[in-house]
Amino acid sequence: MIDRGQVLHVARLARLRLSDEEVDRMTEELSGILSHVDRIGQMDLEGVEPTAHVVALENVLRADEPRPSLPREKALEPAPEPVDGTFRVPSPQAAEA
Amino acid sequence: MSDLLQLSVAEAAARISARDLTAEEYFAAWQAAAESDELNAYLWSLTDADVYEVEQGPLGGVPVAVKDIFCTEGSPTTAGSRILEGYRPPYTATAVRLLDRAGARVLGKTNMDEFAMGSSNENSAYGPVLNPWDRGRVPGGSSGGSAAVVAGGLAPCAIGTDTGGSIRQPASLCGIVGLKPTYGAISRYGMIAFASSLDQCGPLTRDVTDAALMLAALQGRDPMDSTSVGIEGGIAAPSREDLSGLRFGVPVQLDGDAIDSGVREVFEATLKRIEELGGEIAEVSLPSSELGISAYYVLAPAEASSNLARYDGVRYGMRAEVDGDLTEMYEATRSAGFGPEVKRRIMLGTYALSSGYYDAYYGQAQKVRTRIAEDFIGAFSEVDFVVTPTSPSVAFGLGEKTDDPLAMYLNDFFTVPMSLAGIPAISIPAGLAEPEGGGTRLPVGFQVAAPAFAEQSLLEAAYALEQGIGFEREVAPLRPWNGGAA
Repeated sequence: MIDRGQVLHVARLARLRLSDEEVDRMTEELSGILSHVDRIGQMDLEGVEPTAHVVALENVLRADEPRPSLPREKALEPAPEPVDGTFRVPSPQAAEA
Repeated sequence: MSDLLQLSVAEAAARISARDLTAEEYFAAWQAAAESDELNAYLWSLTDADVYEVEQGPLGGVPVAVKDIFCTEGSPTTAGSRILEGYRPPYTATAVRLLDRAGARVLGKTNMDEFAMGSSNENSAYGPVLNPWDRGRVPGGSSGGSAAVVAGGLAPCAIGTDTGGSIRQPASLCGIVGLKPTYGAISRYGMIAFASSLDQCGPLTRDVTDAALMLAALQGRDPMDSTSVGIEGGIAAPSREDLSGLRFGVPVQLDGDAIDSGVREVFEATLKRIEELGGEIAEVSLPSSELGISAYYVLAPAEASSNLARYDGVRYGMRAEVDGDLTEMYEATRSAGFGPEVKRRIMLGTYALSSGYYDAYYGQAQKVRTRIAEDFIGAFSEVDFVVTPTSPSVAFGLGEKTDDPLAMYLNDFFTVPMSLAGIPAISIPAGLAEPEGGGTRLPVGFQVAAPAFAEQSLLEAAYALEQGIGFEREVAPLRPWNGGAA
């Protein structure tokens, strides 16, 4: 259904680091869930429109007027490391290889 | 225990408004009740030191318990997750703001499955909530804390969120009323997102009248949520006394074997009650709804995997300290901050959306969703309402289903189709039944679903049925705060 390699690939895409034990469990559990979910693949749904939104809404617009937004200090308050009015993060460059 | 706690929200609000009761006295009684929480139902509650200001309005002086998924400015909001431990949002959700405007006050924030993912409340990072009827059992989920505080006499009313059954199922397992309104009836602004095309706020209350009172305050279009539309004409207190002229459809696909015998008996007795009240029972066909769980467990995790990408240790919540680059910080934070069920759904959703699988899973599930919505439209051309048990069983034991995610997902079998179709559905307590294998009798919920935005007629029918069932008269005396059960 889904193998360890795929699980590791998906974990990388999702920015999750899984322990070996988690990879094993995830491989087994996801396979079980996917084999149930695969029933939808057996349906002939040729020509059926997909539903992305259940309420018929189009072009919900508002007046394009300037209004105050969340003050910078308030937006920064819950941040783990606010510095000089910005969010500080580790370098995106990989450290020494 | 204070007599004030026996009052329904409607009764209390009327007495406060008539100056028969002071808001301070009423609130203080509930504050004391909330502080006595032994169910792990509150994650945070208002302390004595907090000043209470009396407000006028339809909910003037009414304390309300709020699921911890709603942002409340300046007070803790965790969504049941470690990753948001210590987070205090810089703004308040529209739903909470509207309750405030109607005169209500937040009494506390309630425990929940992490990011609303679960049907037992056992996925909370802060420990499970106990069912007030039997503390060895789950209250249901994901709004388990909100259901437990109302059923356990720790709050007069609460709000929760329902993505695939998260209001209706815990209401059923705790013997109270839970309403999931039409998608778009209530603003989602400030409600931490799980699956945005399905998430909807709604009330959990002791009776249908209180649910109507809360929905009246909560519904409406919000400029901050472009998918919100409100309910045209608003909501009034229900008063219907019988069900004459109304047709109730029972899905022919309702598989008797999948339902516990006690639940089935209560369901069938309720159908008889509907006929006694003048209603008509008919069969309807919802052929695609049995694929509901499969479609839901593609769509909801897919949307969740995208929504939960924002928890990266940069702007809010916890950050794992690592000696490495940005990507390593993201991975360490997310791996330490998310619990097993959330990781499972992020993985499932990421897989379903990944290159090569999108059409087979997400695209196909969206088409199934269309079919399910069409089934309901067809059914509603023949009947006024569709009825089912809310849950295939009464409250199950703590730990009973934690090892089998798929078995846990199947709890949502009767509630997921309405979520996918976006239509309103209510669970009302219909009676008590023994769990399979015997034991103390536990609450059974009866689900009534209506066409989109038909909340008023749904509440009218639920009200008439509630009076006919007489749960308040016959079963409520067994409720814990009345000295019965547990």
